[in-house]
Amino acid sequence: MKRQFDADLDDLRGRLLRMGSLCEEMVHYAVKVVVERDESHVDAVQGWEREVNSMHIEIDEIALRLIALHQPAAGDLRLLAAAIKINSDLERIGDQAVNIAETGVYLCKEPKIKLGDIPRMVEVAAGMLKDSLDAFARGDTELAREVIKRDDEEDRLKSQTFNELVHLMQRDASSIQRGMDIILIARNLERIADHATNIAEDVIFMVIGKDIRHSVEKI
Amino acid sequence: MTTTMDMRPMPLPAETTASKDAAEAKIAMSVRNLKAGYAGGAPVLKGVNLEIREKTVTAIIGPSGCGKSTLIRCLNRMHEAIPGATADGEILIGGRNALELDPVVLRRAVGMVFQRPNPFPTMSIAQNVAAGLTLNGVHDRAILAEAVEKSLRRAALWDEVKDKLDAPGVGLSGGQQQRLCIARALAVEPAILLLDEPCSALDPIATGRIEELLIQIKEQLTVVIVTHNMQQAARVSEYTVFMLMGEMVEYGLTRKMFTQPVDKRTEDYITGRFG
Repeated sequence: MKRQFDADLDDLRGRLLRMGSLCEEMVHYAVKVVVERDESHVDAVQGWEREVNSMHIEIDEIALRLIALHQPAAGDLRLLAAAIKINSDLERIGDQAVNIAETGVYLCKEPKIKLGDIPRMVEVAAGMLKDSLDAFARGDTELAREVIKRDDEEDRLKSQTFNELVHLMQRDASSIQRGMDIILIARNLERIADHATNIAEDVIFMVIGKDIRHSVEKI
Repeated sequence: MTTTMDMRPMPLPAETTASKDAAEAKIAMSVRNLKAGYAGGAPVLKGVNLEIREKTVTAIIGPSGCGKSTLIRCLNRMHEAIPGATADGEILIGGRNALELDPVVLRRAVGMVFQRPNPFPTMSIAQNVAAGLTLNGVHDRAILAEAVEKSLRRAALWDEVKDKLDAPGVGLSGGQQQRLCIARALAVEPAILLLDEPCSALDPIATGRIEELLIQIKEQLTVVIVTHNMQQAARVSEYTVFMLMGEMVEYGLTRKMFTQPVDKRTEDYITGRFG
């Protein structure tokens, strides 16, 4: 029997995925500002952020209304719990993208600086975000586990970038402001990967009801 | 019909009292391969196995016709009061098979409250509560008064009726009448209290009071409740039994069953996909 509630849950799922796509776009164009030194993208990123923020509120409202009206249980309840958490993670990803773009605007006005492993970090974080959303859309726990495994790689790249930039700043005091900005961007990307990891953990909980957060043997 | 069973104060058979001290004394009632039916009809219970934990609330849920009311009525042998009804298997209470005990003796230990509140119409509030005791020869006024107050307090009704104990029980509101019936059942100090959809005729506020009451009284006795309201099962019980077509599909911790049911049929039922 197809319930109206199923249609409501499908609609909620669709809204989250649309919000996720916007966040992917935001990350993609925010990084362009830094890597391609093209500050023209910053307006688009900021515009999408406003959209993401309004979706953040809207999705929470819908999820709370569905909980109040339908008093869901089991898989339906887990989906709604996951949706509320994923919603927050996506909103935070949007914020990180704005931070990257705005830092990038400053860097565009300054002489070029070494980016360290930033391009590779972008690749890993964006891939994790995309795959965590695919895992959510398909209820694919294997893909979610893959996403979680990749977080260590992002952490390693961030540390590598930190070290590289610290050495550069030690050698050249004029690079300190720009070097700090690159470190901040590395930190932003690492946080995006962390949020993608959270989404993947929520997908696993949503599908099989197992909470693997803070677990030693996550995978 | 609202009935509280035979109510002469009486402990459970000796084996249960003894086993209460044992570390493993957590099972109030074991149902083994219970089959039940009605004259000329298909079997309603098809071999149910179940262990009811002591001093917990166990909810029995399932769609209409699944056998949940038959199951709870078997537990104190109300089922066989219906002409032609059959019950076979074991219901172990304190190591003894309830199906082989004297039903009168059994029902003193296993009280029951039904769907519609039905105080004895000719009796006052106090007389209703004391009915089980007086029927069993307790006539000392002080003892009866003490039992009435204690039972009404346990049923969270005392404050509302303490100034009108001599008023007719049927003059109370529906929710109060149901708590009066619970007080009447508690007065004879049963070890197990069975409730067959006790809130189905009550408004949400009265239902909330009964639910709070159940959560409180489980400290002292074992409660088994049949309910159509799954949120009620989720709110009041520690364990839930899901019945379907005369079989027990799933039994386990309520908090787990309502978030991670094991069986797809349970998931489909509690999420409203059938039933």
